[in-house]
Amino acid sequence: MNLHEFQAKHIFQQYGIPIPSGFVARTADEARQAAEKLGGSLWVVKAQVHAGGRGKGGGVQLAKSLDDVAAHADAMLGTRLVTHQTDAEGLPVNAVMVEQGLDMRSELYLSVLVDRASRRIVFMGSVEGGVDIEEVAASEPEKIHTVGVNPIAGLQAYQVRQLGFAMGLTANQIKHLGRVMNGLYKCFTERDLSLVEINPLVLTGDDELLALDAKMNVDDNAIEVQRQAEIADMRDLEQEDPTEVQAAEHGLNYITLDGNIGCMVNGAGLAMATMDVIKVEGGEPANFLDVGGGTNKERVTEAFKLISASPDVTGILVNIFGGIVRCDMIAEGIIEAVKEVGVKVPVVARLEGTNVDKGKELLANSGLDIIAADDLTDGARKVVSAVSA
Amino acid sequence: MSILVDANTKVLVQGFTGKQGSFHAEQCINYGTNVVGGVTPGRGGDSHLERPVFNTMREGVAATGADASMIYVPAAFAADAILEAADAGVRIICCITEGIPAQDMLRVREALNYYDATLIGPNCPGVITPDECKIGIMPGPIHKAGKIGIVSRSGTLTYEAVKQTTDVGLGQSTCVGIGGDPIQGLNFIDAMAQFEADRATQGIVMVGEIGGTAEEEAAEYIKANVSKPVVAYIAGVTAPAGKRMGHAGAIISGGKGTAADKFGALESAGVATVRSPAEIGQRMDQLVSG
Repeated sequence: MNLHEFQAKHIFQQYGIPIPSGFVARTADEARQAAEKLGGSLWVVKAQVHAGGRGKGGGVQLAKSLDDVAAHADAMLGTRLVTHQTDAEGLPVNAVMVEQGLDMRSELYLSVLVDRASRRIVFMGSVEGGVDIEEVAASEPEKIHTVGVNPIAGLQAYQVRQLGFAMGLTANQIKHLGRVMNGLYKCFTERDLSLVEINPLVLTGDDELLALDAKMNVDDNAIEVQRQAEIADMRDLEQEDPTEVQAAEHGLNYITLDGNIGCMVNGAGLAMATMDVIKVEGGEPANFLDVGGGTNKERVTEAFKLISASPDVTGILVNIFGGIVRCDMIAEGIIEAVKEVGVKVPVVARLEGTNVDKGKELLANSGLDIIAADDLTDGARKVVSAVSA
Repeated sequence: MSILVDANTKVLVQGFTGKQGSFHAEQCINYGTNVVGGVTPGRGGDSHLERPVFNTMREGVAATGADASMIYVPAAFAADAILEAADAGVRIICCITEGIPAQDMLRVREALNYYDATLIGPNCPGVITPDECKIGIMPGPIHKAGKIGIVSRSGTLTYEAVKQTTDVGLGQSTCVGIGGDPIQGLNFIDAMAQFEADRATQGIVMVGEIGGTAEEEAAEYIKANVSKPVVAYIAGVTAPAGKRMGHAGAIISGGKGTAADKFGALESAGVATVRSPAEIGQRMDQLVSG
């Protein structure tokens, strides 16, 4: 789950990680009042969306007067912001952050993530902040420094020094870095985060470090086991794909893609494989959909309804390898869904595993026009030819 | 011969009396697995599925001599269950539970360094040596005792590989699902090393997916250390970056972990790759029976 910048900064404050003074605003008036409260003569107005690349997308604006602040907020609020990380429709801007302009000496980069290869929480730091760090990683990897933290020992002071000196900071600046890193480590572990990125981490004229931006991603599993109540309440459904949200309510794992062939599969690996084979056979998958291991007839019906509701879908491939999931139960779910909503596009079904004969028989006797397939390649071929016919 | 588990493996079930634990324990018993009992705190002294229930793993191991554990406890308590199993001295800990927070697994995985136990999973279908021992949720009847070792990050894709190697008549020595989480126990390399050393195994199927670099590391290992034929499939060629594809570990981030990278690494290590999982059985048959 992603958090907004203002939410991430709220959490930073609880862990003593310095941030610039600022307020969140949901109207132009609120933005003006926020700027008045902050004082000074330079402000930044930032659109709050779950995507990076906001600056280039026009979602970060400097303002030199209160009227400017209100005008920028007014121009952003209620619109959708498109960045290189969003789709062409962009994401809705329902809030902006108004922050004080800063005396920046330089812009650093600092992130924390779970590195699966080393099984460590890793800090990544660079003096090349404020730019696209992936470009730095590709062109000048020697400018990115890392330290990995033993999860039982926790972050050590020498690791702060190691990272700080590698980044070319002075001893005094490293003291401030220690405050930031210790806060981040504590927050990362206590709040079950999976990624925090501060880009830029600003070095001010008096050697202080401030988190100017904050990108925070929370481990969905921790939300699911209900041990992050405060963060769970911060979820902003408007930033998420409505179909994916609806699917999740039914216990389905669904991701919208660009193609036209709807897929209903059990198991995440098999669902990806199904998309891949459709592509190999010359088609384009419309979605990733895993109905899950412990699925039931109702869930299958919902899944089928969800796929066929999309106007982009011109054919559907069902691919089930029944283990615990029984093929006859899947067949019943499909038949139920077709009866309820009617399906006007061709459906290809490949069933295998537990009770496969019973499942195939149910489909064959249902009176529905369902094309049977022998294996995954055969199913993909048949659905691709059905949609291009 | 086989790896990890065989007819002598004695299994305790953690979360024995719960809905999932009961259902799958019964399936395993019916398959012929030597399930010697289970653990449900507070239910010690009861009998369940005609087997004893213990309050703690220590009690269970002391009473039964179990050397393996199968875990079905809910995600919030699974990390604790894994460490309890390790502390009780079992050799194989198979954690089926999905959705364990990564912070828990980071600590558990590090702590396991102090024990002589192999963790399989979490978020995996389990491990099976056909006709001898099934620990997990995989459907028993598709398996056939034989000569192919299967190691996979994905549940249902494992079943595809199993059924095909059964259909072509090769059968399986042992199949192990290592799970779809970013922090896991047994990995591809551990399984490869054991299959290479196992006399019954004549070929190895590896099923990977997007995310992380485990497949690339396995490719290097295979190149240097594995003499047996390997067939590999990687799921997620069409997966978009930044989207978690069902498994917590299946996500392309920062341009790393793409299926193309993994296929490339495996091919340059001399591994036979297939672009559809439907081709795994035939490809392996060509290499082994050739």
